[in-house]
Amino acid sequence: MADIPPRIAVRRTYKLYVGGAFPRSESGRSYPVTSASGVHLGNAALASRKDVRDAVAAARKAFPGWSGRTAYNRGQILYRVAEMMEGRREQFAAEVAEGVGKAKAHTLVSSAIDRWVYYAGWADKLGQVLGGANPVSGPYFNVSEPEPTGVVGVLAPGGSSLLGLVSVLAPVITSGNTAVLVASERAPLPAVTLAEALATSDLPAGVANVLTGRVAELAAPLAGHADVNALDLTGAGDLATGLEELAATTLKRVLRPGHDDWSDPDPGLSRVRPFLETKTVWHPIGL
Amino acid sequence: MEIFEYAPAPESRAIVSIRPSYDLFIDGEFVEAKSDERIVTVNPADEEPLAEVAAAGDADVERAFAAARRAYERVWSALPGAERGKYLFRIARIIQERARELAVLESLDNGKPIKETRDVDLPLVAAHFFYYAGWADKLAHAGTAGTRPLGVAAQVIPWNFPLLMLAWKVAPALATGNTVVLKPAETTPLTALAFAEICQEAGLPPGVVNIVTGAGDTGRAVVAHPEADKIAFTGSTEVGRQIARAVAGTDKRLTLELGGKGANIVYDDAAIDQAVEGIVTGIFFNQGHVCCAGSRLLVQESIAEELLERLRARISLLRLGDPLDKNTDIGAINSAAQLARIRELTLAGESEGATGWSPACPLPERGYWFPPTVFTGVTQAHRIAREEIFGPVLSVLTFRTPDEAVAKANNTPYGLSAGVWTEKGSLMLWTASRLRAGVVWSNTFNVFDPASPFGGYKESGYGREGGRHGLEAYLG
Repeated sequence: MADIPPRIAVRRTYKLYVGGAFPRSESGRSYPVTSASGVHLGNAALASRKDVRDAVAAARKAFPGWSGRTAYNRGQILYRVAEMMEGRREQFAAEVAEGVGKAKAHTLVSSAIDRWVYYAGWADKLGQVLGGANPVSGPYFNVSEPEPTGVVGVLAPGGSSLLGLVSVLAPVITSGNTAVLVASERAPLPAVTLAEALATSDLPAGVANVLTGRVAELAAPLAGHADVNALDLTGAGDLATGLEELAATTLKRVLRPGHDDWSDPDPGLSRVRPFLETKTVWHPIGL
Repeated sequence: MEIFEYAPAPESRAIVSIRPSYDLFIDGEFVEAKSDERIVTVNPADEEPLAEVAAAGDADVERAFAAARRAYERVWSALPGAERGKYLFRIARIIQERARELAVLESLDNGKPIKETRDVDLPLVAAHFFYYAGWADKLAHAGTAGTRPLGVAAQVIPWNFPLLMLAWKVAPALATGNTVVLKPAETTPLTALAFAEICQEAGLPPGVVNIVTGAGDTGRAVVAHPEADKIAFTGSTEVGRQIARAVAGTDKRLTLELGGKGANIVYDDAAIDQAVEGIVTGIFFNQGHVCCAGSRLLVQESIAEELLERLRARISLLRLGDPLDKNTDIGAINSAAQLARIRELTLAGESEGATGWSPACPLPERGYWFPPTVFTGVTQAHRIAREEIFGPVLSVLTFRTPDEAVAKANNTPYGLSAGVWTEKGSLMLWTASRLRAGVVWSNTFNVFDPASPFGGYKESGYGREGGRHGLEAYLG
């Protein structure tokens, strides 16, 4: 009896996530992703400025629907992302483990899952914490409430490929914004896997769009794009000042890079507020 | 005239399996009661017994509080908020998964139409757990006076929205780190016992939720227990007064959600068809077994005749009968005792000089039923304008000016809810600002949401349930 030949594993193609679909870069390019010790892990799509424009268009198209959902519904969907991540935790842990070790990787994956749960809970509460009635001096009903600003460009932190990634994406979309996210350049694979989890989480197409590639190549077209309302420069590094200048052209709201502690389980609304507008409605009271 | 012929469309009760007998749920397990007393819960639509439950005695209540205290000290109060929250998210998900089963069970035990349990009660129950789950790790952001749990909460809930009232009590208590001893109503214990199974299925640590079934004596033992750090009661104003008296001079915290006699004000510029729908929802939703029911219709004199004509036509189309039929609008009255109270008050309405009207409406032979009823010629002195009927009975009064509408609306010891129907925003806001009521619905009625605080002014109780405000009752 002949030996059964060893099974050859089916390898995964790492693609972009734009408008709910998984395209390769329109440029036809990819770049090798290696572990800290130099082992080849796979080829990630090397997105272009044209991919940025496609992603912004997808995010804009998704904005009315996503921001128009009830906050409760958005919360349910973010919670569903946590459920989907929990089911793939071994895969995430394996990808995150490149560079941090196995035990730490599992902790990071757990924190990333819990972060979705955390921001799921904020969806239908931030209005009560940030909004309210204003006691104006006159017979007027006057109420302020937060609203999402629109399309947010997010440069994910380079050094925290999963927990940092989730920590910047979830607070942007929980309030109803849509996002174009540029993944960690050095470690983009967890972002691709997250995109695959997002695609099975009832998250409407285009709410979160994930690009992999060179931050230096993608950040400028994102920062300069006239249909982007706000920028999270967390992963911008030395590019931050130049990008903030570009953003000024259309007066984008900008969150500058800070000293983030991704392990804090209760970051509050610090990453939600920068991407909100406040709308105040007046109405007379009287006969 | 019948416009449509309706064929029966019953929801199957096969989805529910009711055990012949239920024990108490204490310390994570169903345990036999030390008390020998048993209660039979019946289906109010046909008076058939559904199951027998224990009537917990003092020793049983003692055991429940001991379990709750242990769970509070050893497990629950020390658990990080995020982890507490995850248990509540699990419970919310299991409720969503078992929603239809619970809806059918609720309709069987309570008598309310399946379209309400299916489309209102159960979605709200799941949403309430989901909402408060999200608060568990965010208490520092809620703006409450404190962020520490109180300890063990004694909770007594009514029969009109059994599982929803359980959710209103249990979800915020657990989210804030308290443990619970809960007593469901005597006539509607079954969904609370199903909830006990859900706690087990969710892996909730033993003793965090304890459910003791029983009647008034059990309820008194629960609220009087020295280990109760907080009491939350929903029910009659009379029992609320007794509890308030009993806690006087102690450190116990108390919230009360009591009776109401809600005014539903319809101005002459209101969209009449919408208003008619809102009046119907306001008083006939859940057979009028609603503390915030719009049981007093205040209609501007100039449109009263037209409005009442349309209202009677609309009421004539309501379908009363089998609660499990998907077409049913009005189900059974929950108990013989409640039916007797509704009859007594409507007889008083007639004898005091008001005029009652009901549509031609055949009532089933078995079970507890009362037809939708509208009283006109009602004055503010009539008992049916002053007392809570808690049934499908509407009292109609008229007014000429907005000032008169507000004066009449506020002429009650209660202050839970009110409605305002007008197309003019400034008039709506003017009216709302003068109404002494905890919830004012405008151009809608009887809508609820876990994010929205609910509770009364005056003798409708104190404290709020729901929303950010609902956390306050469980934190110190």
